[in-house]
Amino acid sequence: MKVWQKNLILIILVVLIAAIPLWLCRDAEFGGADGLAEELITETHPDYEPWFSPIFEPASGEIESMLFALQAALGAGVVGFILGRITAKKPADAGKA
Amino acid sequence: MKRSLTIRAAAVFAAVSLLSVNASAMHIAEGMLPVPWAFGWMAVCVPFVAAGFFSIKKKVALDAKAKVLLAMCGAFAFVLSALKIPSVFGSCSHPTGVGLGAILFGPTATTVLGLIVLLFQALLLAHGGLTTLGANVFSMAIVGPFVSYGVYAGLKKAGCKSAIAVFFAAALGDLMTYVVTSIQLGVVYGNFAEYLSIFALTQIPLAIAEGLLTVVVFNVLEKYSKEELRALHVL
Repeated sequence: MKVWQKNLILIILVVLIAAIPLWLCRDAEFGGADGLAEELITETHPDYEPWFSPIFEPASGEIESMLFALQAALGAGVVGFILGRITAKKPADAGKA
Repeated sequence: MKRSLTIRAAAVFAAVSLLSVNASAMHIAEGMLPVPWAFGWMAVCVPFVAAGFFSIKKKVALDAKAKVLLAMCGAFAFVLSALKIPSVFGSCSHPTGVGLGAILFGPTATTVLGLIVLLFQALLLAHGGLTTLGANVFSMAIVGPFVSYGVYAGLKKAGCKSAIAVFFAAALGDLMTYVVTSIQLGVVYGNFAEYLSIFALTQIPLAIAEGLLTVVVFNVLEKYSKEELRALHVL
């Protein structure tokens, strides 16, 4: 099996892992795991209060998701660029499995 | 029982997200750990970060192209830790992406990469936090990479195929990160088992996804960068 075929199968598996919960638990909240942790703390320690708050907070959920997308885009851009260079520099190897 | 729990969770979640958008972070949130613990974890991390800088210096000198691969490992962690993925347990979390760096460059070098990712998220995304940076670095950038590194080395020695070893290394490193997060909250607030069920259970399918994605990148490297991987003693 060629590398790209193997990788395609692996990526499809990852997509399935991410998508299946959306089918299986239709009425779930899919909130952040840490939100649940914070809830648990306030439940067991009613006087809990964070002693420090973030020095910068995204102004809204939209801006936060924009920053997350930016983080992913930066990372994916660099990974893609480097993998592109690595795979392009030895054309002689391209035919071998 | 289960229904009322989800409704209550939903209500709390809605309330929290109205108050601040910083509600959903899978790392320990800003200000969540008491002062002695916050600074204690930071102190624990210092030697690992220092060792990491030396390790990177050495590894980069080993092979000219290592620098490029190191940048890619950092970028890989950037992508993976930005992806919040739903889990079969009805909540979301994200992978860590540090397994690849640990396998290629060793655990302490990866500590530095993880520190960069966590700083970015703490400063710009209110995700994790500066006061809890030490605790989060310890779980994601020290324990995770050490587990990945150890699992990879062990499986390779046992004669496993590289891809299989990479999968288990990345997946277990990811999972252990969140086990440590649960312990860190458990020692302060009790209820260790419940934190474990929140963080580690959610993480199981994500750890598998991280393992698979790490194998995807590793497959490409194994084919096209064999020399570099040999120079780094990965193969």
